[in-house]
Amino acid sequence: MEFPVSRDGTVHTSRWLPWHALAVFAFLYLPIVTLIVYSFNGPGVGGFPPRNLTLDWYRVLFADDAIWTSVLNSLLVAFAAMAISLAFGIPAALALDRANFPGKALFRRLVLLPLILPGIITGLSLLMLFREGGVKLSLLTIVLGHGTALISVATTEVFAGLQKLDRAQEEASLDLGANYWQTFWRVTIPNLRLSIIGAALLIFTLSMDEIAVSFFLIGRDNTLPLEIWGRLRRGITPEINAISTIIFLFSLIAIVAWYRMRMSTEGKAEIAAELVP
Amino acid sequence: MFSRAYRAAVSLPPLLWVAIFLLVPYALLFSYSFWSVSPAQIIVHSWTLDNYLELVRVNVYAQTLFRSMWIAARVMIFSLLLGYPLAYFLSFCAGQRKDLLYQLVIIPLWVSYLVRAYAWKTILGSDGVLNTLLQYVHLTKHPLEFLLYSPFAVVLTLTHIYTPFTILPIYASLEHIPRNLVEASHDLGASPLQTFWRVIFPLSIPGVLAGATFAFVLSLGDFLAPLLLGGPSGIMISNVVVSLFGAAYNWPLGAAISLCMLALVLGLLFVSENLEKKWSFR
Repeated sequence: MEFPVSRDGTVHTSRWLPWHALAVFAFLYLPIVTLIVYSFNGPGVGGFPPRNLTLDWYRVLFADDAIWTSVLNSLLVAFAAMAISLAFGIPAALALDRANFPGKALFRRLVLLPLILPGIITGLSLLMLFREGGVKLSLLTIVLGHGTALISVATTEVFAGLQKLDRAQEEASLDLGANYWQTFWRVTIPNLRLSIIGAALLIFTLSMDEIAVSFFLIGRDNTLPLEIWGRLRRGITPEINAISTIIFLFSLIAIVAWYRMRMSTEGKAEIAAELVP
Repeated sequence: MFSRAYRAAVSLPPLLWVAIFLLVPYALLFSYSFWSVSPAQIIVHSWTLDNYLELVRVNVYAQTLFRSMWIAARVMIFSLLLGYPLAYFLSFCAGQRKDLLYQLVIIPLWVSYLVRAYAWKTILGSDGVLNTLLQYVHLTKHPLEFLLYSPFAVVLTLTHIYTPFTILPIYASLEHIPRNLVEASHDLGASPLQTFWRVIFPLSIPGVLAGATFAFVLSLGDFLAPLLLGGPSGIMISNVVVSLFGAAYNWPLGAAISLCMLALVLGLLFVSENLEKKWSFR
């Protein structure tokens, strides 16, 4: 291995590093490209080279009511989960930043735990809660599961935002006669705007995609990932490629918009640092 | 500056929510692991160690756990081998293209986990993209059967999924290394290789630990990739739990396995957190 350093402290590219980077990117994108290409493949998924390019699978997809019902369910769940995670995650971040209470360290760990625990543990333990509490499984139980697991995302994002917040503004607001409620809505929240929007987008996407927790909490109505899962067990169909391609495009738009917005106000190192568990 | 009422107002709602939806469920998981199922399939709420004795007595549980750990370890190692040099390249060599390349690392994270696992299935299958490509260019005559429904497929897929997770923290820790340290090392006569191993690498260890923990823990508990791509030889410990909660209907035994997994994960998190602190330079 060779990592040549030049006089000014910057490191020049060694011969194999760019090739390694290229290979890793190829590895990361190969399945995504395959997925998209075969959504247009006439004979279906598989077979090389792709042939008879067609939009037929998209036509089949648009006529498939079960998929669109599950998409609607997923959207519903994602919005509700987002509301719960933000409603409890923002105060949780404020509490971690500003309050002291017994068990604070435990509280912090508990809130963040679902981020790093395998989904199966969160899903199972909630399943037991609902069973012991006599709650029937439905989309509502999935909402509660996603909402709870994703409080961690809202809390980390908003907590990071609070570290950069200038408390003097809040102090000034309070000194000038605003009460805590007014200060919260007119000073604190607007200052945390970027963190909150970022958290909301992340929660929304993670919820749309979530399957491990939903797997255990599902009632009669499917979310999109569970609908796809059910079909995969029966066999492969290019319809799944088609719906995945559409969702990928939407995610791509969301992430580029979010990133542009963040980049215009902050450096990328900060954004990267926040993604560290 | 913040009144008692303010602090109570921001603390109590999340505290209550977390108590009901995280603390109680974990406590239930713990209790369940000491309960049992009657022959009539009713859960008996009296305490017994039978589930844990069963786990010690029947070899297959320990074997499956070790197999899962071995799969997770390989995923972790491959993710680091793929991820570290790429993070290094991004941080030190990418120059103007840094932003673009960084976004390229993040984008796959936003593609559904399930969809990516499914994509590998369409690539690796016996009439999948890879096998038909190999036959198309006359490298093989018959489909390679070992590609799908094997631990290989599971390791490959999970490596694909968790490599970006290892790149991000490593990249963040490399970005935080003051560049004048690298310069100083060079000025004091260290060779590039010495600079890497004695300055850059030690300073990036917290990122490596965070990424490694992420990859290991999340792949250890995975059950969807093995179900989709693993076949009988790729069964992991979470698959056993899933079947105990489903058709096999033995929630208490499933809870006992989950609790062992939880203990293992928490232990790993504890160790990695302490190591990170030890290696942290700030």
